[in-house]
Amino acid sequence: MTIDELTRSPGEWLKGSGPESDIVICSRIRLARNLADFPFISKASRSDKSDIVSQIRDALHESDSPLSYFDVEKLSDLDRQFLVERHLISRELKEGEGPRGVAFNADESASVMVNEEDHLRIQVMRSGLALTEAWEQIDELDNRFEEHLDYAFSQELGYLSACPTNVGTGIRVGVMLHLPALGQTEQLDKFFRALQKIYLSVRGLHGEGTQPYGDFYQISNQQTLGKSEQELIKNLTDVIPQLIEYERKARQTLLSEKRQVLHDQVSRAYGVLKTAHTISSEETMLLLSSVRMGINLGLIDDLDIAQVNELFINTQPAHLQKIHGQTLAVDERNVLRATYLRKKFQEFRGE
Amino acid sequence: MKCERCSKTVTHHITDIDKNGQWQEHHLCHDHAQAFLEESADEKPKKDVAELAKAFISQSAKTTASESSADKKICPVCSMTFQEFRNSGRLGCPNDYVIFREELMPLLENIHEDTRHCGKTPHRAPRDAQTQTSLIQLRNDLKRAVAMEDYELAAKVRDKIKDLEAKKS
Repeated sequence: MTIDELTRSPGEWLKGSGPESDIVICSRIRLARNLADFPFISKASRSDKSDIVSQIRDALHESDSPLSYFDVEKLSDLDRQFLVERHLISRELKEGEGPRGVAFNADESASVMVNEEDHLRIQVMRSGLALTEAWEQIDELDNRFEEHLDYAFSQELGYLSACPTNVGTGIRVGVMLHLPALGQTEQLDKFFRALQKIYLSVRGLHGEGTQPYGDFYQISNQQTLGKSEQELIKNLTDVIPQLIEYERKARQTLLSEKRQVLHDQVSRAYGVLKTAHTISSEETMLLLSSVRMGINLGLIDDLDIAQVNELFINTQPAHLQKIHGQTLAVDERNVLRATYLRKKFQEFRGE
Repeated sequence: MKCERCSKTVTHHITDIDKNGQWQEHHLCHDHAQAFLEESADEKPKKDVAELAKAFISQSAKTTASESSADKKICPVCSMTFQEFRNSGRLGCPNDYVIFREELMPLLENIHEDTRHCGKTPHRAPRDAQTQTSLIQLRNDLKRAVAMEDYELAAKVRDKIKDLEAKKS
């Protein structure tokens, strides 16, 4: 598997299937793990980091893992950004220093970042609301690695992490939601404040430190110590269906009370995407967010969610440049993005 | 961990308690922590600031006598000082949880409302803390010996590392 091959299709988690996938884009679980025999990253020397990489690569190999490893230190800036856009690596790993990498499987459902904030960050992503399945997959993966690695663990504090906010289970359980109707009702802040009271945090598309954009939100647990993985997952699976219900109601209310305004908004968004000659990635994302809601409400019938998801991922800056085969300046990218969109919509219509 | 308002590293963990006893966690960088404290001072009546914004700042810039002695605590395995941790928000090695236990426990209680792990444990019994960290320490000793050009000592340390690694596998 090569990085270039990834441009052919989006990962499994973007296929737009799975339970509640009209609202839940994907479910994600990650585990923070560290090797007992090495200092955490802040105190690890270059040779420590390279020993950590080789121990983990050996473990991947010995556990017959289907994950392919990529040396992030050696990748170009463009390839690194491309992996960030695909949610396979974090911005922190992209901008980090020294030996570090990422391993992932062909459908991109499972990945392991090496030498990010912790020695290992294992991640599983699934399309739709599928946290239980995600947990089963990541638990199995973690067990397999553990047969070959000595994790830093204490009976009292659990898995020891570089930041005390992750100690214990080391788990972050999250769902990425598309809430365009609630976003228009001004009720969203109220819900988010309620979520924070039960220790769930709300973030943007790329997790920690990113602002919500295009009505996409990530909701995840804050606590990692003192509750089991199952309890933390349940905390989320108890509340997400309510949020889904509110979003559905808000969509229906919009449809019945402001159908024409809504239809107009969705059609204009679709129209701009189909006809623009230069367009930024931010505008593309906002318009695609409208179009996505339009499809789910039956206002657009010649496009499906998987196609919109493909456009979401492929119109991001690094994806566009990878597909085009060269690096481009911002204004050149904006022209290329518009051209790409027009061509794709023609393809989708079978022209 | 990154600041909740920007991409800088968290240096301040603030618990904001309102007059109804509701509280909220904020993880902020130095600049945003200052801004937060100013904001919360602004939005509340001045005379109530002391009661309302009963902010628990685990990493305040001002240090009391006991805090400054905690700051000087140093981990013999990774040589991280507590002050370094307060500035960066990241620990240096697993042994820091033992060395800085007294300071970390209130922080864990504050973040997680709990101080005891409940959940998955590795199938293989973890080795005792001493064995877990001895390799980290030996590798540091080796680096130091090489830097001091004490090759005799370096060779001894290298043998010890090999022994320990052999025992592992």
